[in-house]
Amino acid sequence: MSEDVKKFLYLNRKAPYGTIYALEALEVVLIGAAFDQDVSLAFLDDGVFQLTKGQDTKEIGVKNFSPTFRALGDYEVTKLYVEKESLDERGLSADDLQEIMYEDEDDDWAEKPSIHIVSRAEMADLIADQDVVLSF
Amino acid sequence: MKFGVVVSEGPYTHQASDTAYHFVVSALEAGHEVPRVFFYHDGVNVGTRLSVPPQDERNIQEQWTALAKEHEIDLVICIAAAQRRGMLDENEASRQGKDANNIADGFRISGLGQLIEMGIQTDRLMTFGD
Repeated sequence: MSEDVKKFLYLNRKAPYGTIYALEALEVVLIGAAFDQDVSLAFLDDGVFQLTKGQDTKEIGVKNFSPTFRALGDYEVTKLYVEKESLDERGLSADDLQEIMYEDEDDDWAEKPSIHIVSRAEMADLIADQDVVLSF
Repeated sequence: MKFGVVVSEGPYTHQASDTAYHFVVSALEAGHEVPRVFFYHDGVNVGTRLSVPPQDERNIQEQWTALAKEHEIDLVICIAAAQRRGMLDENEASRQGKDANNIADGFRISGLGQLIEMGIQTDRLMTFGD
């Protein structure tokens, strides 16, 4: 890895709707993908709701941007970490989340899941291991 | 050390832009560098020159403008966030067919790439927000 590559972590802590943080965080991720950095996304607290499947925003009149998460693999954003305790605290499990896959170019383009469920302690280690943390 | 600073909450409602300002002043006094401050989310509203707070209150935009001039800090307002919130410079106002612009002296509008670039080029990225 070249010296110019830093570990970027986008920390998503807020529900997808109700405030604009989640949407504008995703906009940063998409633009940032062009910079060829080592990118990870983390979802904790109410941020875990961003990845739930079956989102329908018709009644609140705002754009449902959740399908964009499934396109992240095309931007080579393939590491999405979801905190297990945050899911548990909200009565959610991995089954409630969208299936988000990417094609691994180092493994004959095999389809692999982008979402990894991690413990709070593992999340802390992940955050500590980063060069740049952008919190939303 | 070289610091990059992100302000992600609006002025007056939230203390984030004040705390960021005090951080930058202190960092510069301590001999550090702050080449750029990036304004995102409602933080973009810091850069309006049309804000008129009561005279016995701080003027947040004027504080930033003065600090940026003295220390050559690049104050960047995110264009995507700015357009949603009615923050336009002269070029954007004319491009979007709007009849006014409101960006204060010392601020400029640019893309999110400037945020990522700041993360790459500085030693520490500090976010001031909620």
